[in-house]
Amino acid sequence: MNKLRRQLLAGPYLVWIIGFIILPLLMILYYAFFDENGSFTLEYLSHIASPINMHAMILSLELGVAATLICLLLAYPLAMILNNLKIKNQSLVVFIFMLPMWMNFLLRILAWKLLLNKNGVLNTVLMSIGLEPVMILNTPAAVVFGMVYEYLPFMILPIYNSMARIKKDYIEAAHDLGANEIIIFFKIIIPLTLSGIISGIVMVFVPALTSFAVSELLGGGKVLLIGNVIEESFMQGMQWNAGSSLSLVLMIFVMVSMTIMNIFDKDGEGTAVW
Amino acid sequence: MVKKTLSNVYMAIIFLFLYLPILVLIVLSFNDSKTRVEWGGFTFKWYIECFQSETIMTAFATTLQITVISAVISTIIGTLAAIGISAMKARSRAFYLGSTNIPLLNADIVTGISMMLLFVKFVELGFVTVLVAHITFSIPYVILNVLPKLKQANRSTYEAALDLGASPLYAFYKVTWPEIRSGVFSGFLMAVTMSLDDFSITYFTKGAGVNTLSTMLYTELRKGIKPELYALSTILFFTVLILLLLVNYLPNRKKSTALERV
Repeated sequence: MNKLRRQLLAGPYLVWIIGFIILPLLMILYYAFFDENGSFTLEYLSHIASPINMHAMILSLELGVAATLICLLLAYPLAMILNNLKIKNQSLVVFIFMLPMWMNFLLRILAWKLLLNKNGVLNTVLMSIGLEPVMILNTPAAVVFGMVYEYLPFMILPIYNSMARIKKDYIEAAHDLGANEIIIFFKIIIPLTLSGIISGIVMVFVPALTSFAVSELLGGGKVLLIGNVIEESFMQGMQWNAGSSLSLVLMIFVMVSMTIMNIFDKDGEGTAVW
Repeated sequence: MVKKTLSNVYMAIIFLFLYLPILVLIVLSFNDSKTRVEWGGFTFKWYIECFQSETIMTAFATTLQITVISAVISTIIGTLAAIGISAMKARSRAFYLGSTNIPLLNADIVTGISMMLLFVKFVELGFVTVLVAHITFSIPYVILNVLPKLKQANRSTYEAALDLGASPLYAFYKVTWPEIRSGVFSGFLMAVTMSLDDFSITYFTKGAGVNTLSTMLYTELRKGIKPELYALSTILFFTVLILLLLVNYLPNRKKSTALERV
């Protein structure tokens, strides 16, 4: 009886789930499969294969993978270094690396844009030491750099957290049993931080794959990702059906990447970053 | 020794990568020059213009309202839901947790669009639709922060309190609440952070008249870069810094909880 009463506390949330999580998703399905007259059609779904959409999807995947890999390569050594810091204020140092995450992400884009601008800081520095200026803004490279800058803390945090949980005893035991640093790294540290790595990959890849603001602002409208195509079909073209079917595809992309990650993440803690 | 130096160099590089752009913003916010890279003397004029700009101030006020209201409501709904979920059997628990994961994992742009499609059927897009959207994506963070605390909490002590004659509410307040308090608090903070930082979902659910800081910035950045925005960035950066330091390093807090919160 008591248990049942406690379960009822989730009631408001149940209403919320149905009203604002499930119903909206059904709306996307509806718009993707039914035309204005309310009759079923696969026409909008077939638009997905158009050259513009295909190009956008492939580019999104490429840039998303690139940004995720760069983040992983940058974050993993950093997490190890942070974890091995032998100082009293370790949490403060970690805090410093997380801080940019709390700044509004558009302000971070603004900052990044300032650096990369044609007459920006980077080129001024390059020219002052006699190098050629680079025209990186409005290219896919700028978008990838922007994504790395935006999402790097999301990679650092889960990896650091999983690393901090490794008991020092394991590593000492491995040492005692004759393992060297390399074996310890591959046999203990990597496997025990796998869930952190996977969380990090999800936290970076999904927003990178689906973003439209970064590509719009750093790509100058020239780098069309799938997010940009969707945004345009809703906010400019009023092509809600086409936009919905693309959103559906994006959702499937996200779900597939989640499933792949879940297979590797046996603890089921992959997304419980916080 | 070599390893230590290498580590420090590596940390310094990442540190520069993360902070150089912010430093540039801060320096430029005091720069009395139209061009971005030349130093034209020290000035506060961008700060004055920032505070006089109606666009910025209105967006700032809207953001504060949305954030506070949505964080409070989502903390209440989320905490209640977490208590309910913790008492559930496996099957209904799976349903709730699965649904909780949807806004968490789904692409922001899809979440935003799906809610917009629903909202426009029934109401005009505006402040309320943004608020509902923010509550929706904030609740999962509260639940995920509170549930682990409930799992750690010793169920027997709560039941013991009931056996000894405490009312459920009193037992909750005296036994359960102290154990989940830190989770509720960090859930609330997460909700605040997510709401402050959200752009995509707000963008699609806001309609024409309403702007939060994020959507206002997006519009402005597409037009070009105004120096007032440097001033705004600087103010926000230090506000966030001070708030986080206060939250994490208030006296009488254990070190470990500080880390959890980061």
